[in-house]
Amino acid sequence: MAKSLSVSVVSADHQVWTGEATMVVAKTVEGEIGILAGHEPMLAILAVGDVRLTLPDGSKVLAQAEDGFLSVDNDMVTIVARKAELVGSK
Amino acid sequence: MGAQLRVYRQKIKSAQTTKKITRAMELISASRIQKAQARVAASTPYSRAVTRAVSAVATYSNVEHVLTTEPEKIERAAVVIFASDRGLAGAFSSQVLREAESLSELLRGQGKDIVYFLVGRKAIAYFNFRNRASERIWTGGTDQPQFETAKEIGEALLETFLTDYSDGGVDEIHIVYNRFVSMVTQVPEVVRLLPLEVVEGVEEPGDNKVLPLYEFEPDVETVLDSLLPVYIESRLFNAMLQSAASEHASRQKAMKSASDNADKLITDYTRLSNNARQSEITQQISEIVGGADALSSAKK
Repeated sequence: MAKSLSVSVVSADHQVWTGEATMVVAKTVEGEIGILAGHEPMLAILAVGDVRLTLPDGSKVLAQAEDGFLSVDNDMVTIVARKAELVGSK
Repeated sequence: MGAQLRVYRQKIKSAQTTKKITRAMELISASRIQKAQARVAASTPYSRAVTRAVSAVATYSNVEHVLTTEPEKIERAAVVIFASDRGLAGAFSSQVLREAESLSELLRGQGKDIVYFLVGRKAIAYFNFRNRASERIWTGGTDQPQFETAKEIGEALLETFLTDYSDGGVDEIHIVYNRFVSMVTQVPEVVRLLPLEVVEGVEEPGDNKVLPLYEFEPDVETVLDSLLPVYIESRLFNAMLQSAASEHASRQKAMKSASDNADKLITDYTRLSNNARQSEITQQISEIVGGADALSSAKK
């Protein structure tokens, strides 16, 4: 099992979701990006769209982010948006 | 009932009614303060993330950005004052206004013009009373700040900041608000918002760690462009939330001492009214005795 990422999704007034995930897929202004453990540190502007998180047990979490950015640093992924909410998990 | 006694009874009644009001306000503030504190705590992850991102950009790149560069000469400064909408909160509004006044004094001493941005009816009333001009005002919801208001203030501030001095713009922005330290202490605080100095939360890379190579998408300038306004908004929102929590704390304190004072007044007046009642009875007895004496001596 590969190392996992610790992900937090925060919006302006509260923390939306936090936990471990194996993969994060987000849509930045330049296109979709997938992040696995060991990704180089980065900061990207998010486009309006879904952020898909794959959890270690294989389930998925969908979050919607608007007006935000994504930062990756030492396997810590932070998705920051003025408005963010979970739209569902399966 | 004697006139004096009636006056005292009336005063007791009035103190009791006032006490009911202040007691209710105290309880309301006490319950709201919890919520306000929870909101401050809930917004912390966001501001921490934003601050970390901004300091990452500042640390791992050397881009000059208009928001972070110190202008050569500062001609005009903006002061944003966060007061409250409603009074009866002790020194809450006056202490923040006093702090703003001393800041203005300092800035004027450095030869800068000052324009004011006011948040909260109390600040506006203070300015209107002194016939002083303000650039923009926001009222409503100081006790439950919305992020939209912070966004609006941030946009207005950025706009004036990016305008040239000759067109009425400013070169420097300060905010003055009450910082929530604890239930009993709220300290008025002055923070220079722009030009930005990102100092907090800079994570120094450890000795054994190599400076990570940051990738910026699409590029550093664009990231900085969209990150800095967000940073400013989050600072403003944090100031507003702190100020709201302080407002509730300081109102609770003020109302508590008002209720205590009402209690003291009631005790004092009750004593006085008992005194008056007693002396009234004494007087009546002596009148009766005197009258009986006079009657019996007249019969003889």
